[in-house]
Amino acid sequence: MSFDRRKFNQALAAAGALSAISPVGIVRAQPKTLKVGLLLPRSGIQAGIGQDCYRVVAITNGLLAGLGLPALEIMNGDTESNVDVARSRAERLIGEGAQLLVGAFDSGQTTAIAQVAEQRGIPLVINIAAAPPITEQGYKFVFRNFPTAPMILGDAFANQLEVFASTGVSPKSVVFMHVNDTFGQAMQKGFTGVMSKFTMPYKVVETIAYDPAARDLSVEVAKAKATGAEALVMVSRLNDAILITRELVKQRWSPQAVLSMGPGWYEDQYLKTLGKLGDGPISFVPWYDPNKKLAQQLEAAHHKAYPEISLNTNHVYTFEALLVAADAFKRAGSTDPKALADAIRATDIKNNVSPGPGILFNAKGQNDKLKNSAIQNRRGKPVTVAPKDAANAKPELPMTPYDKR
Amino acid sequence: MPIEIYLNVAASGLLTGLVYGLMALGLSVIFGVVRVVNFAHGEMMTLAMYVTLVLFSALKLDPLVLLVPIAAVLFVFGYLLQAGLINPFINRPEHSQFMLLVAIALILVNAQLIVFGPDAQGIRTSYSFDSFQAGPLIVDASKVYAALAALVVAAALFAFFRFSLLGKSIRACADNYHGALVVGLNVKHLYALTFGIGAACVGAAGAMLMAVTDVTPTIGPAYTLLAFVIVITGGLGSMAGALLGGLLIGLTEALGGVLFTPSAKSMFAFGLLVLVLLFRPQGILGRKVAG
Repeated sequence: MSFDRRKFNQALAAAGALSAISPVGIVRAQPKTLKVGLLLPRSGIQAGIGQDCYRVVAITNGLLAGLGLPALEIMNGDTESNVDVARSRAERLIGEGAQLLVGAFDSGQTTAIAQVAEQRGIPLVINIAAAPPITEQGYKFVFRNFPTAPMILGDAFANQLEVFASTGVSPKSVVFMHVNDTFGQAMQKGFTGVMSKFTMPYKVVETIAYDPAARDLSVEVAKAKATGAEALVMVSRLNDAILITRELVKQRWSPQAVLSMGPGWYEDQYLKTLGKLGDGPISFVPWYDPNKKLAQQLEAAHHKAYPEISLNTNHVYTFEALLVAADAFKRAGSTDPKALADAIRATDIKNNVSPGPGILFNAKGQNDKLKNSAIQNRRGKPVTVAPKDAANAKPELPMTPYDKR
Repeated sequence: MPIEIYLNVAASGLLTGLVYGLMALGLSVIFGVVRVVNFAHGEMMTLAMYVTLVLFSALKLDPLVLLVPIAAVLFVFGYLLQAGLINPFINRPEHSQFMLLVAIALILVNAQLIVFGPDAQGIRTSYSFDSFQAGPLIVDASKVYAALAALVVAAALFAFFRFSLLGKSIRACADNYHGALVVGLNVKHLYALTFGIGAACVGAAGAMLMAVTDVTPTIGPAYTLLAFVIVITGGLGSMAGALLGGLLIGLTEALGGVLFTPSAKSMFAFGLLVLVLLFRPQGILGRKVAG
């Protein structure tokens, strides 16, 4: 019997059809690890923050194992603090086999990565990025376990009222100073709108935007001081928070309160650099609930790995993004991007670290149940002062004047 | 807004401008003599700032005292850089020189990132948080000391070029390259010395600036750009122009920030640069090139 090419093809097709309808399917082992492309600004102007976020990677698989979750294989992507680089790194990670993306701290960079993730059909779990539009585009593969700017602002005002009521100190006028980048502008746009929903005791007498790469902020502080405001409301990064505090001391201005709605003012480097001059500011930020069990486990593991560095927002939300990935991978039982996205959409993690009822996503892919905290620097360490049910200390206002420390 | 705010801000801008002027002076000296534009200027300044940081941590000496040894270290660095790397490029096309110096800048930034990490680092002197008050005027003590030191260094440099035999020889090289060769001057050595002197200016400015602000490896390119804005405004190749440019840029940024919006401070500095380029392309104190 001759077996020509046509017969061979027919036989091959028949074999394929048989295997497809066969009740005895080929058993494939569930993959043991998920390849996660972790995109962070690990060089460039945000390098310090990117490196800080990355620290948690070293302890994540150990904690996941303790929770009965599969290990993650982390693939590094440095966005170089640059939107275009973030986009190309996301493309490259997907090309190299990343099955899920996590990142990327900065809203501008995250927006670019989200576009790539959606186009390529690879799930993106955002660790930190507050610009609201990211989860307003109707994306099916983008999920954010981090509050949007309006959520941060809303909780900030609510927590401020709680702090003012608790201390009996309410400033009557404030200057709003914000860093002039994507995050700062989003916060500035939301500030007035969200503030109008609350009965705040103060009015904003001046709004001052400043360059995120500024080397000298003496002009900005002089302008703020000239208004005679009683307090400062800040949206900053780390370096500018240090520069502003130095200028406050040098220009001999001690406001009643420094109320920060962003990073910088509670970070280790801030506290280490300024010593006792760093005490007093209250930051209204996405934080962790020190009373939750997983938060205590994360804090202990983090302290063991990095005894000199306190647990902070960067670590908590990068860890929770990886937790979401591992949890979804376990439930999906597959590395198929669509199955992973479906599993993330159905996430319901009660045993988590951040304040609020847990991690779950609405139809837009946003965890809208997250709560933010108020933390105050005391003797070189941040303590949680609000909301009351996630606090471990009471707030203190007014701040001790800088020349009396 | 009260008038004292403008006075305070103007004083701060002028003091900072003097230190920036000293940094730009180095760039101007190098270009004026060697005719090479140092695109690694800001990165060399961050190098000086890190050397200050290391020496301050080890010896606990004031940056204004460390200024002399750091200027010496940068002088040696600049001399070797010119003698070993840049000299072969002197007669090559400008784009080759540009690529060489950009490569040096990138190497410096990345080496600093590897050694010192990405976080901002600063030093805390006994006067870090001090300020002087005279009536309504409050002036940052660190800036006053740094500006005074910048004036002393600049005066010493002017005196060197005006009165010393070596300074006159360097000026001869700048004025007439072939003439300098004909009278037997060792031009290559003088070029290397000039690059070393320019680097020493950057070293001194870096040490002073460490008393005023923090350092990160990635801030180098911003300082390079600032130095360019200053020397083009003041006049590329003019030493007095570099100091004047520093003062003008410092003052413009400060007053622009307080009069309009602080986030647009740099815009005013660049605005001034555009005006200078439009109406006096050789810079305020620069000499017009014939032809």
